[in-house]
Amino acid sequence: MNWESVSAFINMGGYGTYVWGSFGVTAACFAFELLALRARRRQIISALKAGD
Amino acid sequence: MNRPGLLDCMKTVIARDIRIALRRRADVMTSLIFFVIVVSLFPLGIGADPVLLRTLGPGVVWVAALLACMLALGRLFANDHADGTLEQLILSPQPLSLLVLAKTIAHWLTTGLPLVVIAPLLGLQFNLDADALLVLIASLLLGTPTLSLIGAIGAALTLGLRGGGALLALLILPLYIPVLIFGAGAVEATAAALGATAHLSILGALLLCTLVFAPWATALALKIATE
Amino acid sequence: MSSIRWYKYSSPQTFYPLAGRLAPWFGVTAALVALYGLYISFFLAPTDFQQGEAYRIIFIHVPAAWLSMFLYLIMAAWAAIGLAWHTRLSSMMALSIAPTGAVMTFIALWTGALWGKPMWGAWWVWDARLTSELILLFLYLGFMFLHAAIDDPRRADRAAAVIAIVGAINVPIIYFSVKWWNTLHQGASVSLTKSPTMASTMLWGMLIMSVAFWLYSIAAVLTRVRSVILERERNADWVRQLGENA
Repeated sequence: MNWESVSAFINMGGYGTYVWGSFGVTAACFAFELLALRARRRQIISALKAGD
Repeated sequence: MNRPGLLDCMKTVIARDIRIALRRRADVMTSLIFFVIVVSLFPLGIGADPVLLRTLGPGVVWVAALLACMLALGRLFANDHADGTLEQLILSPQPLSLLVLAKTIAHWLTTGLPLVVIAPLLGLQFNLDADALLVLIASLLLGTPTLSLIGAIGAALTLGLRGGGALLALLILPLYIPVLIFGAGAVEATAAALGATAHLSILGALLLCTLVFAPWATALALKIATE
Repeated sequence: MSSIRWYKYSSPQTFYPLAGRLAPWFGVTAALVALYGLYISFFLAPTDFQQGEAYRIIFIHVPAAWLSMFLYLIMAAWAAIGLAWHTRLSSMMALSIAPTGAVMTFIALWTGALWGKPMWGAWWVWDARLTSELILLFLYLGFMFLHAAIDDPRRADRAAAVIAIVGAINVPIIYFSVKWWNTLHQGASVSLTKSPTMASTMLWGMLIMSVAFWLYSIAAVLTRVRSVILERERNADWVRQLGENA
């Protein structure tokens, strides 16, 4: 284990903003992509249902 | 029956396009004036420090030339597309890629070549010395035909589309970057008293490769756009 | 001798359910591999001597950059196949890859900036790799916007395929020229991915995270292509039936 405490983990040796800014935005990007995929699928399915 | 040879067809296309360009002199002049204006904007925006201008000069002139070339690309196929000439060219028995090459040559003669002629005057505004000016001319002479050839692909792909010029810019500016780097780099290398031969050789190589591949890609794009 | 007739899946109708069955598996596996990768990134990989904890960004930055480049090539390959053989599904695959590739490129740029700031004091250092990555983003956007600007789907597919192929050919040329430009102008080697010594744990972490990103990309692309298929084939009987039964 590398970390003595949770706060040390969050602090990342002073680089916390950068590390969590990176991992966080990455997670957000993937989440956004997955939500967009779901929305797109919902849109086409409801359009198909309505059209028929 | 005396069928016109391929070379005759190409010469006819070039002559026709040049004649049309000379009749619509305003179109040709617009991109030239754009070039001059854009180059003049930079000192106004950055300041007139002669040392700074000499450092920036090659890059500024090159970027402006690049943008001016791009601006003029709309003309390449749009007018012919509108009056049906383009269909005729596509349907003709001559290889489309060579007819496209002919049109691109005519386009460069009326757009790129004037830029090459004016550029040294603008280079003087940036305090470039004689050696640098010579290399500027040489780099533009080798680079602007490449820009026309690559731009033709974009012009064919975006034929008749809503996005128009902005979409064309997005498509081809990334492809222009190598030419820009070596073109401006050649002049900067001369100004720094290192040789520009490597840069100019690479520009020449880029031109040759583009000469081989671009007309073919443009012909394909034209067929896709007009089906 | 394969008993699976692979070309049976080259039609949208047969590929649709296959993609639907595969995507969740790829997604779940991606999540599990990512968990393992994150464990390595934070708990196994030691603190770097020079860069402290900030170097851990590498576990996202490098995989994202690799994916952004590979996805572009694969996208161009699918587009080329669609162009040459007029197979609709190939073009749909290319179209489905583009957004995921663009997201990977953005992540590579963002993490690159966040790594560069503490290390070299600037949010953007014009190093060759980051600059090429930026240009790659423009290439992705060009593909997507060209496709979106053309109403007729077949013309859109084929025009976008041309620009994808032209872009793919240019990627090495662009990278080489940017590298040349960078060494001339900067002199000092500011390379974001050239850490002096790579402990094997670090390499292992990057590899695992890359696998996770790959699996995620496949899951995302398969999911997206299902929507694309429905949108394109909406007039086909089998799609109509889906709409009635769904």
